[in-house]
Amino acid sequence: MIAAHLPILQIILPLLAAPICVLIRPQKFVWPFVLIVSWATLGLAAMMLNQVLLSGPISYALGGWEAPWGIEYRVDLLNAFVILLVALIGAVVLTYAPESVKREIDGDRQPYFYAAFLLCLTGLLGICITGDAFNVFVFLEISSLSTYGLISLGRDRRALTAAYNYLILGTIGATFILIGIGLMYMMTGTLNMADLASRLQGVNHTRTIQVAFAFLSVGLTLKLALFPLHIWLPNAYTYAPSVVTAFIAATATKVSVYVFLRFVFTIFGADFAFGTMHIDYLLLPLALAGIFVASAVAIYQSNLKRLLAYSSVAQIGYIMLGISFGTITGLTAGIVHLFNHALMKGALFLAVGSIFLRINSVQLDDLSGLGKRLPVTSFAFVLAGLGLIGVPLTVGFISKWYLLLAAIEAGWWPVAVLVLISSLMALVYIWRFVETAYFRPVPDDAPPVSEAPLLMQIPMWLLIALAIGLGVQTSLTAGIAQRAALWLLAGAP
Amino acid sequence: MSQILGLYNYWIVILLMMAGFYNVIARGNLIKKLIGLNIFQTSVFLLYISMGKVEGGTAPIVAEGMATYSNPLPHVLILTAIVVGIATTSVGLSLVIRIREAYDTIEEDEIQQLDEGP
Repeated sequence: MIAAHLPILQIILPLLAAPICVLIRPQKFVWPFVLIVSWATLGLAAMMLNQVLLSGPISYALGGWEAPWGIEYRVDLLNAFVILLVALIGAVVLTYAPESVKREIDGDRQPYFYAAFLLCLTGLLGICITGDAFNVFVFLEISSLSTYGLISLGRDRRALTAAYNYLILGTIGATFILIGIGLMYMMTGTLNMADLASRLQGVNHTRTIQVAFAFLSVGLTLKLALFPLHIWLPNAYTYAPSVVTAFIAATATKVSVYVFLRFVFTIFGADFAFGTMHIDYLLLPLALAGIFVASAVAIYQSNLKRLLAYSSVAQIGYIMLGISFGTITGLTAGIVHLFNHALMKGALFLAVGSIFLRINSVQLDDLSGLGKRLPVTSFAFVLAGLGLIGVPLTVGFISKWYLLLAAIEAGWWPVAVLVLISSLMALVYIWRFVETAYFRPVPDDAPPVSEAPLLMQIPMWLLIALAIGLGVQTSLTAGIAQRAALWLLAGAP
Repeated sequence: MSQILGLYNYWIVILLMMAGFYNVIARGNLIKKLIGLNIFQTSVFLLYISMGKVEGGTAPIVAEGMATYSNPLPHVLILTAIVVGIATTSVGLSLVIRIREAYDTIEEDEIQQLDEGP
């Protein structure tokens, strides 16, 4: 019974739980309720991935209306993998949340925070699970609107302008996507992704479809914050509450990357995107420029959250670089890094949240001697940071390894060299934290502080354990990513 | 000539889209930006509604003497998009209210000055 309805339960559960959060009295029960919902969502996601691994893609007809007339939820290896990632980060971040939320969000707003968080989770899961192009837009807006609300909860008033700017740019991106979907519908008369893929074959020489492709590419790259369309990201990440930053940094852009993969490879097909439209001519230079510019800017930041935000822009560059090769190894690198970066950035922002809870600042100047004041959290930050640089035995190394292989395979030696040089830049900005925390003295007037509570430590260390465990045991993530890449390039929807 | 007159609804779409987009980019007032965004979205609604029209077709209600009907699906899709548009505008406007409470202005350049100030 449950097994047959897994895809819809995945969406319905957090969607229905969100309004309940606002109704629960007394308010102290809200968090336990949300916690149960989020772990149940994770359980469903794991069951779904298991089902896909055992018996192939799942197709679920909503309300019994068969595709292509009704809305179809379609789960294959790639989106089952992304759904598991989103649900995992959601559950881990919510476990971590209560202390940090108490600190950073006013008491009467907390139930609304949890409601918006669950809506955001619903939207992100929905984007991944649906097999209907218009449905993607609807879920995209559900997740975006709740993200704007979540960002504006930050204590600093600049959170409000950051949320406003994100709203303007995000809506422009989403409307571009809407135009692209509309133009595709005009030429094919269908919105189902599998149906679109087969019907586009006949009309993809027309100007309308080429324009649709352009609108979709621009809209999606804005949503996934590819340089130079990343302007909304640094402020949004810097001023949002720590918990929100950890969640959206690890999931929102990754889900947009997934949608990009879905549209480019499943719907339009690699032949059209790379052969006719030459999207690689655009992606490759922008990805490389993003890696270098954003890493360079990150080096000069004095705010730890902003430093990590710029590092996110650079890491998105690596993901898009892998995708721009258009080969199996390149795609594997992109997909693997999508997963790995979510784990590492999630862990880093959770560590920053713990630092803010105890020190009440994330300015590097206030963190002198942090290695002595908060040894455990500082160590966690450094471990996750090593992953970002790509040190062997961390997941970051696996991503870089596949990226280098892909570059060498394609015969692009300069790109491989540039990837190595850019890793040194990551070393520099992570070193800035190490230098401040371990090689500067503790200020004399610094009050003694204790480590963050266990409930915040455990989720953070769980992500770090995954980021290192999956770096040693590579077959799990890299294996799935490789199969997903093979599948995407085969063009099978 | 028929290229211009026959496709007049698409020309209106393009005109509205550019007008709205220009407002989003060029205006410094946060509310004017949002209204521009609204016009931008509305142009896309018109695009969808135009594509659903079948020449000589009537409203898709089965009635005697009618053989061709317009395609209702784009209209229904756009109902959803209108709801999304309203939600976006209301979230945006409520953000503007809170920005005004925090900064006492809704002009972009003044807000920037306040943030970069002392």
